[in-house]
Amino acid sequence: MDQLAQHLLNATILGGTYALLGIGLTLIFGIMRVVNFTHGELYAFGAYCMYALVMLLGVNFFLALPMAIMLGVALGATIEMLLLGRLRGADIDTTMLVMIGAWIAMQNTEQWLWSGVAHSINNPFPAEPLILGPLSVSWNRVYVVVVALLLIAATYYLVNRTRLGKAMRATFQDRQTAALMGIRIDRIHTATFALGSGLAAAAGALLGPIFFVAPTMGDLAAAKAFAIVILGGLGSITGATLGGFILAFVEELGAGYISSGYRDAMGFLLIILILLVKPTGLFARKERIG
Amino acid sequence: MNRYLPWLFVALLASVPLWLTDFYFLHILITTGIFIIAAMSLNLLLGYTGQLSLGHVAFFGIGAYTSALVSLGFQVELFSGFTVSLAPKPAWFAMLCGVIVAGFTGYAIGKLSFRVRGAYFVIVSISFAEVVRLVAVNWVELTQGPMALTNIPALTLGAGAFEISFLRKPAFFILVLIAGVASFILISRLVNSRAGRAMIALRENESLAMSVGIDVTRYLVIATIISAAIAGMAGALYTHYIRIVDPDIFLFIYTVTMVIMVVTGGKGTLAGPIVGGIIFGFVPEFLRAMAIQPEVQWIIYGVLMVLVVYFLPQGIVPAIGRYSASRKRLPDADALPATSTQVRQK
Repeated sequence: MDQLAQHLLNATILGGTYALLGIGLTLIFGIMRVVNFTHGELYAFGAYCMYALVMLLGVNFFLALPMAIMLGVALGATIEMLLLGRLRGADIDTTMLVMIGAWIAMQNTEQWLWSGVAHSINNPFPAEPLILGPLSVSWNRVYVVVVALLLIAATYYLVNRTRLGKAMRATFQDRQTAALMGIRIDRIHTATFALGSGLAAAAGALLGPIFFVAPTMGDLAAAKAFAIVILGGLGSITGATLGGFILAFVEELGAGYISSGYRDAMGFLLIILILLVKPTGLFARKERIG
Repeated sequence: MNRYLPWLFVALLASVPLWLTDFYFLHILITTGIFIIAAMSLNLLLGYTGQLSLGHVAFFGIGAYTSALVSLGFQVELFSGFTVSLAPKPAWFAMLCGVIVAGFTGYAIGKLSFRVRGAYFVIVSISFAEVVRLVAVNWVELTQGPMALTNIPALTLGAGAFEISFLRKPAFFILVLIAGVASFILISRLVNSRAGRAMIALRENESLAMSVGIDVTRYLVIATIISAAIAGMAGALYTHYIRIVDPDIFLFIYTVTMVIMVVTGGKGTLAGPIVGGIIFGFVPEFLRAMAIQPEVQWIIYGVLMVLVVYFLPQGIVPAIGRYSASRKRLPDADALPATSTQVRQK
């Protein structure tokens, strides 16, 4: 029983960062119709920013996080303007190929610059864990889940309560009409991509100090983000949030009770299962794409 | 003139082992040839049915593993007390098994995943390849996991004094060439048949194709089976050539290599994967000769991929076709018309 409770607690904590990853990807797909293969690289980029800022430049741990997110936003905006800006209206396969190319180039640039060695990031939290009855959890993980939930809340606010969010939702519903209403679709695309990238970088910057920082860390993150988005339905923020938690629970329980070797396969099996049973995802209301 | 060009090309390739004495170069030609076969099979799905399958390496790997396991023999305990074992079988039979199992996997995957399209299909295909890779890593009893299956027997022909071992590179090169030509003829016959026209129709406009009575799922599944079987054959060839197989054969980067070959050469053209395959078979060697690190080599791959999409969205073959197509045909057909017409005349 205690073991189960510990698994559930771990899953909740992991779920927060998964949700961040998923929301970023689902926003980009929902609004731009772009399958963003660079998402995992932005996650890795966030983690590397954290490593560079904290370990190499000696920036304060808590200050480094917003800086890493801002860098992620900047990189996202650059990618969007440089690569996707001229492909507006291109079909989904074309943008997908460009994003795959960008992903390969980015990942190998990381490998080239930082070498394949994994790095760890020191954190300023006390070494002894927080004890809650029979459960124990490290302070760093508590910090991660709190920040992740704050960021998710901030994204909800941005999308549902601000002018920019309204323009995003309008573009999502009907691009042409939104353009006719005077929304600058180009800017919405850049903003969306930058926002999604910032969230991915945030997830990387949060998880970097818990795990290791390595050039290939993005692959698994991207795969999981896809699983989450499929789970929740492409384009649904609520779906991505819940999907993040569901994936975390399935992985944690699967690894705990079935086989830890197949931990990372859980997400993929979940994708295949969901698409067989309910191709639109669990929470999407709109029609399926393609 | 144009009609004989492909056969001239094949004849030229067939003569390579006679005058090429550099075995390293021959090795590159063999691996390039195997990847061209895989790229041709991907082109059937990507180019003709318009489905971007990013899990293609799964079929390649399944062909490789099946062939390796059947030729080595295995013993696995599935449930407690229930054991499956297989004595080693001849390599040719093993290869055939690889083709059949890959084709059957293609059938299952096609049946399941063509309920979705576009981005969903892409993600399903990637997930499928990843699951297969993780099974290959974790099912150590069967696959030896990361320790790899080794000492895979080489293909041989004949017996006793007349035995030809395909352990030798020149012989294996001819074998790959034969497999490549056979795959090419099979694919070109298929795409010029009624089934092929149905595939192209549903690539161009699925709703319209359905409205004129084309059974979309059926043709997609046919394309997937054939594509998977050919990819499986390429994988089996690879395994009996390299004679070692480990889970890295399922790496996504191999799928990407195939996709780059097809897209650069020209998807939906018969010659596209060959042209793209030759280019991307030699580019790595060229870069290696310039003492460029593998990471930089991959960065160049990535950038090239982006540039190709921007500047040659249709690929090289249609671009050449357009230049020389002041004549009667469409660029697509003009790029390599010979085999299809020739086969029809027979």
